[in-house]
Amino acid sequence: MGWFRKKEKPQEVVTEKKDLWTICPSCKAHVYKDEWDKNFSVCPQCNFHDKINWKERMDILLDPGTFREINDNVSTADPLEFKDSKGSYAEKAEATKVKTGMKEAVITGRGKIHGIRVVMAVMDFRFLGGSLASGTGEKILLASEYALRHKYPYIVVSASGGARMHEGIISLMQMAKTCAGVARLKKMGIPYISILTDPTTGGVSASFATMGDINIAEPKALIGFAGRRVIEETIKQKLPDDFQTAEYVLDHGFIDQIVNRKEMKNFLYKVLRYWKAK
Amino acid sequence: MNLDFEKNAPEIEEKIAELTKQKATDPNAKVDDQIVGLKKELDKVLKEAYAHLTPWQTVQVARHPNRPLLRDYIAGMCGEFIELHGDRCFGDDKGIIGGFATIADSHVMIIGHQKGKNLEDNVKSNFGMATPEGYRKALRLMKLAEKFKIPIITFIDTPGAYPGADAEARGQAEAIARNLTEMSQLEVPVIVVVTGEGGSGGALGIGVGDVILMLSNSVYSVISPEGCASILWRDGSKAPEAAEALKITANSLFKLGIVDEIIPEPIGGAHRDYDGTLQAVKQALLKHLNILRRVSERKLVDRRFEKYCRIGRFKHR
Ligand SMILES: [Zn+2]
Repeated sequence: MGWFRKKEKPQEVVTEKKDLWTICPSCKAHVYKDEWDKNFSVCPQCNFHDKINWKERMDILLDPGTFREINDNVSTADPLEFKDSKGSYAEKAEATKVKTGMKEAVITGRGKIHGIRVVMAVMDFRFLGGSLASGTGEKILLASEYALRHKYPYIVVSASGGARMHEGIISLMQMAKTCAGVARLKKMGIPYISILTDPTTGGVSASFATMGDINIAEPKALIGFAGRRVIEETIKQKLPDDFQTAEYVLDHGFIDQIVNRKEMKNFLYKVLRYWKAK
Repeated sequence: MNLDFEKNAPEIEEKIAELTKQKATDPNAKVDDQIVGLKKELDKVLKEAYAHLTPWQTVQVARHPNRPLLRDYIAGMCGEFIELHGDRCFGDDKGIIGGFATIADSHVMIIGHQKGKNLEDNVKSNFGMATPEGYRKALRLMKLAEKFKIPIITFIDTPGAYPGADAEARGQAEAIARNLTEMSQLEVPVIVVVTGEGGSGGALGIGVGDVILMLSNSVYSVISPEGCASILWRDGSKAPEAAEALKITANSLFKLGIVDEIIPEPIGGAHRDYDGTLQAVKQALLKHLNILRRVSERKLVDRRFEKYCRIGRFKHR
């Protein structure tokens, strides 16, 4: 396969071809869309794990037909009546809801992983960059409380640029709110597994996403607190390419393993077997 | 720092200082009436200037270099302060300091951001931007307070957590996240006072508590107005607009239910009157220490959890 894409390609791809090919955002390789989809949106060339939506994620991780959504009625509001140069947050949120069919940036529910009951929260980057705000925080907390009540392991898949500015301080406080839920799971001995996908940064990396009993990342995912540009301006140095990658945070001791998307479900299953094992 | 909304207040202050000096060198100088008159005028000018600050003007006051810093509060409020250093992992951050302290008859743990008064101090403390070591030291001291069963008071005044490559390497995100998680379960009272700049996760990292107090000219925000403006307005100079939209003043945050009580600053802001400011903060702290002392450990934790559960506004449909 490799030889095929390494060939020189024209920079401009004609329209009808565009429907057939996916261009890897990382290595720019042209991959047949069919092949790309069958490979769970992972580049067969460079193993870049592209963003996927919540439904694709649930399908990959849960046994077929076992997913049941909870708290599906929590929907974005506009607590600050926020407006910027491009218009109002309320309008922006409504447009996003129509476009994605979601009401907030996270979908929560229960399901099974090879028969083991779990509670899942999956963030979806399409919804305002997966940003953490009132509705997101509420759903992530309610799901952890659901896990606590039923004594099911809790798994959160993060994909987020951080706190949502349009809800101001209320978004910031969701970091404390979600972590308060995580603390209760820890206290009651309920497993909490965090999966960090591309990207997991800012207020999400600085709250529930790094607090897993086990932290897992997808290959090459961007994981970090401050933005690269801000850091470069602060230290007045260029940062290396691998800075804030999954590989970098693994090397620095903040995640347990990097796991390929295809192997993620089996990895979760294998780990969860150790819970309450004699 | 030039606060142009203060109008001619600095000139009046200069005149008062001049006359006072004159009086000191020549006790017979007939300047008393003039000084009293000028002071009245100054009060009037400042009262008017500070009555209707815009959010962006409030940001300037909150960042004022002469605003009292944590060490000023400690010196003026505490009978004793025993500073405790180090995170026991890597180092001792100067951007967050802490230790045992007494306020009136109360024994407490004080932890907070420490900006510098001059460039040298600011270089040491990263302008009050804490490193992971700062957050880990803070957590260590909070756990110590819990063991000793004494209340915790945190002082918030930071532009944000330090955005350095080394801070990332040592887990800035993890350090803040762990504090948020652990603070929600502390079995002693936690009182948070925002005294200057409440800069995002760097502030919240020591800011989870039972009562959140805010000085009237302080600000607290998810992102700096400049940062927000450059992202959402694509123009950093639109910071005044962003400051307005983000609702970052004590009044706005009180209305939103994030802040429990506003501590009024003396006329003309905290930077003009340390004594008045320190006394106001001390009285507010003593009041809340008294209230929280009567709450059982379990109830404290339950109530704190419920407090944070309630934060958020969304639709059900
Ligand atoms: Zn690729």
